[in-house]
Amino acid sequence: MPVPILAARDVTKSYGRGPGRFDALKGVSLEIYEGESVAIVGKSGSGKSTLMHLLALLDRPSGGSIELSGSDALLLTGRTLNVTRNRTFGFVFQQFFLTGGASVLENVILPLKIAGVGVRDRKRRGRAALAQLELEDKATNKASDLSGGQKQRAVIARALVNDPRIIFADEPTGNLDSATGAVVEDILFGLNRDKGITLIVVTHDADLAARCDRRIYIRDGLIVDSESAVAA
Amino acid sequence: MRTIDVIGTAIENSFRSKLRTTLTVIAIFIGAFTLTITNGLGTGINDYINTTVAAIGAQDVLTVTKVGTDATTSGPKKYNPDLLASSAGRPGSTVQALTPSDISTITALKGVKSVQPTLSISPNYIQVGSGTKYALNASGAVPGIKLQLAAGAQPSSTSSESQIVVAKSYVKALGLSSNSAAIGTMVKIGVTDAAQKSSTVDATIVGISDASLGAVADVATTNSALTQKLFDTQSVGLTGSAKDRYSQASVRFDSAATPSEVTQLKDRLTKAGYEGQTVADQIGTFKTVIDAIVLVLNAFAVIALLAASFGIVNTLLMSVQERTKEIGLMKAMGMGGGKVFGLFSFEAVFIGFLGSAIGAGIAILVGTGVSAALSGSVFSALPGLTLIAFSPGSIATIILVVMAIAFVAGTLPAAKAARQDPIDSLRYE
Repeated sequence: MPVPILAARDVTKSYGRGPGRFDALKGVSLEIYEGESVAIVGKSGSGKSTLMHLLALLDRPSGGSIELSGSDALLLTGRTLNVTRNRTFGFVFQQFFLTGGASVLENVILPLKIAGVGVRDRKRRGRAALAQLELEDKATNKASDLSGGQKQRAVIARALVNDPRIIFADEPTGNLDSATGAVVEDILFGLNRDKGITLIVVTHDADLAARCDRRIYIRDGLIVDSESAVAA
Repeated sequence: MRTIDVIGTAIENSFRSKLRTTLTVIAIFIGAFTLTITNGLGTGINDYINTTVAAIGAQDVLTVTKVGTDATTSGPKKYNPDLLASSAGRPGSTVQALTPSDISTITALKGVKSVQPTLSISPNYIQVGSGTKYALNASGAVPGIKLQLAAGAQPSSTSSESQIVVAKSYVKALGLSSNSAAIGTMVKIGVTDAAQKSSTVDATIVGISDASLGAVADVATTNSALTQKLFDTQSVGLTGSAKDRYSQASVRFDSAATPSEVTQLKDRLTKAGYEGQTVADQIGTFKTVIDAIVLVLNAFAVIALLAASFGIVNTLLMSVQERTKEIGLMKAMGMGGGKVFGLFSFEAVFIGFLGSAIGAGIAILVGTGVSAALSGSVFSALPGLTLIAFSPGSIATIILVVMAIAFVAGTLPAAKAARQDPIDSLRYE
C-alpha cells in the first residue's frame, strides 16, 4: 500500500464560538494518492472550499490532522510551511488573480520570484511553461489584454511553473464558456495524465467531476459519498 | 523572495498607480525642498561666520577681563580709580582695569602660554603726505588674527616695523589708485597725548582688509609695534600707574588644547577673579541665534513632511486595498508575511526617496541660483557670503530622514498587508 500524497484524518473546522459557532467540516477523512485526479464535489456552503484550503495548508483545522506524504503537515510553520506550499502546490482559481498591468510572463513567474529563483532562470522556466500552454507569443502582452480562456491558460502556466506535485483547481472553468472550459479541462487532465501531477478539483459541475478518477461528495461538512467510477 | 526582487517589485508597484504616486511624491517634495533650503540657509550663514571668526580673533586666544567687585549692586557705585570705559560693552559701561600685577597673576596660571595686554589706542586721523586727514578707528591686532584681506599681508606681530592694515574704503579716500598700489604706502597717524598735545606716528600700509562681519565699519588694524608706539605716544604725560592700565588682555593657550582644557583654563581664570572668553564664546551667541532661527524654519519644513507622511499612509492603504487579492495570492504561493511587509514598506521608502531626492536636487539648484543672485546685489558688501550653502552630509541626512519618516508612515499599511489572511483575501470581492 503506497503512502498517500495527501491525507485528511478526521478533520474538523469550525468558525466562531459559543452559540454563533459554525461547523464547516464535521470530521472528514480522505486519502489522495500521487497521480490521481480527485473531484471534491458539493454545493456552495457544503464545506468543499474549506476542505481544499485545509488540504492546501492555507488554513489549520480545528481538529484532526493533515498528512503530506505521510508526515504531519500541521507541524510545519512559518518559513518551512511557506516553502513547502511554494514547492508542492500549484493553484488555479475561478477568478484568475492575474495582475492586469503586468506582463503575462511576469504573472507566470510569480511563484518562482517568491521562491527566490534567479532572474534568467525564472524567465526561461516561465517561457517554457507558457510554451506548454501555447501562450508563448503572449509573454510580453499585458495580462489584462488576454481573453478569458487565455487568462485561465496563463493561470495554469503559473500553477505549473514551479513543477508542483499537486495542482488545486477551484472551479477552474467557472468563468469560462463551455468550449473554452473544455479546452482548459483538457489541459488540466493532460497534465495529470502526462506529467503525473496530482489534480484536486473543487467544483459543483457534474461534468467536470465526471472526468476525474474519483469523486468525493460533500454536504454540510461531511463526506456523503465517494465513488471511483472511471470517467466516460 | 530575494531582497532584490522585493525592492524591484516595490518600485514597479509604486509606478503602477502613477497619478497617486506622483501626488504623494509632490507632497514630500514640498517638505524636502523646504527642509533643504532652510538647512542650506543655516549652513551658509554659519559657514560665513566660521570663516569670519578668524578675522575677529585667533582660535587659541582668550580675551580676559577683570570681574568688577561690585558688579551686582544696583544704584550709584563707589568710585573706583581702576574702572575704565569698556571698549566691548555698551556705551557708558565700565570694566575693572587690569594692572601689571594682574598680568603677572594671569601669566602664572597653568595653561597660559603668554599674556598680552590689549592696548587701547585712540588715534585721531590718518593722512598720506599732506593730503586730507581722515578719522581713524584703529585697534591692535590680536596675535594669530586672520583678517580677510583684499590685498597685501597680515600685520606682523614680530616685526619692529610699524604696520597698519586699513579697510578697503580708505584706499580711494586717501588718494591711492588701487588696493595693490596702496601696499607699501607710508601714512601718518595723528594722536593726541594726555597733555592735549598733537603729534604723528609714521606707519606703512601692509594690507587692505575686506569688509566682513568682524570689521564692517571703516576700521584699521595696527600691528604690535605700531600699537605700542601709538599707545606710548598717547600716554605721554601719564604717570606709570595711570598708564599701565588695560581694559583687557589676550591670553594665548596651547592651540592643541581640547575644549575641556580650555574650560579648565577659564575656570582657573574665574577663580582668580578674571573672566576669559574665546572667540567661539563671543561668536557663540550669534551662532545660537542663527541656529535657533534655522531650527524654527526646519520645524516648519518637518511639519510639511509630517503632513506628507499621512499622504504616504493614505496612498499605501489604498494600494493595499486594491491589491488585497494579489497579496492573498502571493501568500498562498508561499510568500511570508515579512516579505509582504517589506514589499509595502519599501514602496513607502521609495516614494520618500523620490520626493526627497527631487526636492533636495531642485532646492540645490534654486538655492545656488538665489544665493548667487543675492551675493551679487543685496549682499555685495559681504564678500564671501554664500547665503544658501549645501553640504553633502546634510543633504544625505535630509534624504535619509525623509526616507525614515516614509518608512514609519508605511509600517501601518505594510503591517496591514502582512497580516492579511490568504483565504479571506482571495475571497474578497
